[in-house]
Amino acid sequence: MSAYQISIVSIIGINVILAVSLNMISGFCGQISLGHAAFFGAGAYAAAVVMVGTASVPLAIVAALVAGSLLGIVVGFASLRVRTDFLAVTTIGVNFLFIGFVRKQAWLGGEMGISGIPATGLGAAGNMIMILLFAAATIALSLYISRSWMGFAFRAVGEDEGAAATIGINAAAYKLAAFGIGTALAGLAGGLYAFFTQFITADAFDFILSVTLMAMVVIGGIGSTWGVVVGAAALTLLPEAIRFVNDYRLLVYGGLLVLVIRLVPGGLAALAQNVLLRVRRS
Amino acid sequence: MYYVDLAVTGISFGCMYAMMAVGLTLVYGLLRILHVAHAAVFALGAYITVLAANAIGSLALGFLASVVVTPIFGMAIYRLLYEPLLKYRPDVPMIASVGLLVLMQDAFRIVFGEQGITFRHNPLSFTTFNVSGITVSAVQIAIIVAAAVVFAGLHVFTTRTRIGIGWRATVSRPQIAASFGIDPIKVRYLNFAIGSALAALAGGLVGLLNNFVDPGIGFVVSYKALAIIVLGGLGSVRGTLVASLVLGLVEAYGTIFIGAWLDRDAIAFLALIVMLMIRPQGFTGARTA
Repeated sequence: MSAYQISIVSIIGINVILAVSLNMISGFCGQISLGHAAFFGAGAYAAAVVMVGTASVPLAIVAALVAGSLLGIVVGFASLRVRTDFLAVTTIGVNFLFIGFVRKQAWLGGEMGISGIPATGLGAAGNMIMILLFAAATIALSLYISRSWMGFAFRAVGEDEGAAATIGINAAAYKLAAFGIGTALAGLAGGLYAFFTQFITADAFDFILSVTLMAMVVIGGIGSTWGVVVGAAALTLLPEAIRFVNDYRLLVYGGLLVLVIRLVPGGLAALAQNVLLRVRRS
Repeated sequence: MYYVDLAVTGISFGCMYAMMAVGLTLVYGLLRILHVAHAAVFALGAYITVLAANAIGSLALGFLASVVVTPIFGMAIYRLLYEPLLKYRPDVPMIASVGLLVLMQDAFRIVFGEQGITFRHNPLSFTTFNVSGITVSAVQIAIIVAAAVVFAGLHVFTTRTRIGIGWRATVSRPQIAASFGIDPIKVRYLNFAIGSALAALAGGLVGLLNNFVDPGIGFVVSYKALAIIVLGGLGSVRGTLVASLVLGLVEAYGTIFIGAWLDRDAIAFLALIVMLMIRPQGFTGARTA
């Protein structure tokens, strides 16, 4: 594989982790989060600081997971106070707050970010394999949760909190669990991203990234793990596949988001299901 | 006198936020949609103002053009994007709206260029008044006056005219209003038209204030406006006005007190999050949350 292919596959792996973890929060549990990039960033900064200090990869990964989920559980508590639309605005706010805070912190490199993060020692291909293994583990976890009692409870809370409560589901606990798990994985993706680029700035974790991640989830099919994996891979490859679009990336993302929501509000997953149904019937 | 200067800055920003946010809060009150793409309307208003003013050579005609054209765009957003999505969960149209905003922003960049456009004849931007040590720019006065006129006009419209009363009735009790013969669809169009015109006016004034219109003009303001309408208790015009002015002042003073560890633009969201945790229903609203 060329260096270019390795980097593309690595980015796909990271985006798959991010989109699948966002899907656990917004797809399974119905808590719309438009600030997923903040948790990604928290993980990346935690991993970067630990790597610069100790150069230990396992420690950095643990730090990334913990940083992501700590911030996530704080925001999860916010989700107990405010409902859908308010929560969406709150998470947008968390994203802006995260960037506004990090930019002013001298110990996090301020506007310049953190550069010269030590290499993992695995090489570019080794990094890629590590990212893919974590991505596979994330997909497996997501599929497992989806089929488990927890997945059922998440969906119940997402569909109708009141109804979920009447059948004895502790909505607050499951919302916190969804945020905790989803954001820990986003933090993990941040750590992997720091290993991959060895250089991070606050601007890499802006609101546009959060929107892009939401686009991956919605275009893939909100709630469907495989749909979201396809959505993440497709939206990462899209600008690469059609080079001329690179300058118009946001135009294409925005346009796709509008078109998919307008024409197939269920995303690619719903589209595939409809096609399958029709094939079976005929 | 420094603190008075800051107050003037804060109030003028607050007025600008209010004109931007009132359209958002009305759309929310009526349709329960977070109209994120309102920022694109705001930016479009700013662009039409600067382009028309430069082409015609008159600021007033520039503003007129933008206030006339932008509502059509706002109504088109409702007709083409929101109306077909109303039957889905409220976050479906919201995500579509985010998509439209991202798309429009990039479209502005591609069509009008990354550099941005300046006003060619803009006497207001360079005129300042000095009243006993307090410096006020003509644009700041224009913003405050425009906001005062607009909100006084809006008040008269919604309390004295038949259409305005019908509008308010539809926002608070759509079914009962409809049974009294008010066409809810017309009210929606009216809502988008007025909200968009106000956003366009705010956009033009911000362009004038910076003497510069670039593709990012609506970006941060739009998210702040979201924070404001939530603070104001979604759907409440009075709450939105209060929240806008408070935020303008908090930002103006906040930059000198906590600017060292937090960006100016993040202050709004800090205020928002603190506020939501204390009072999830906003400053004044009790109905929606």
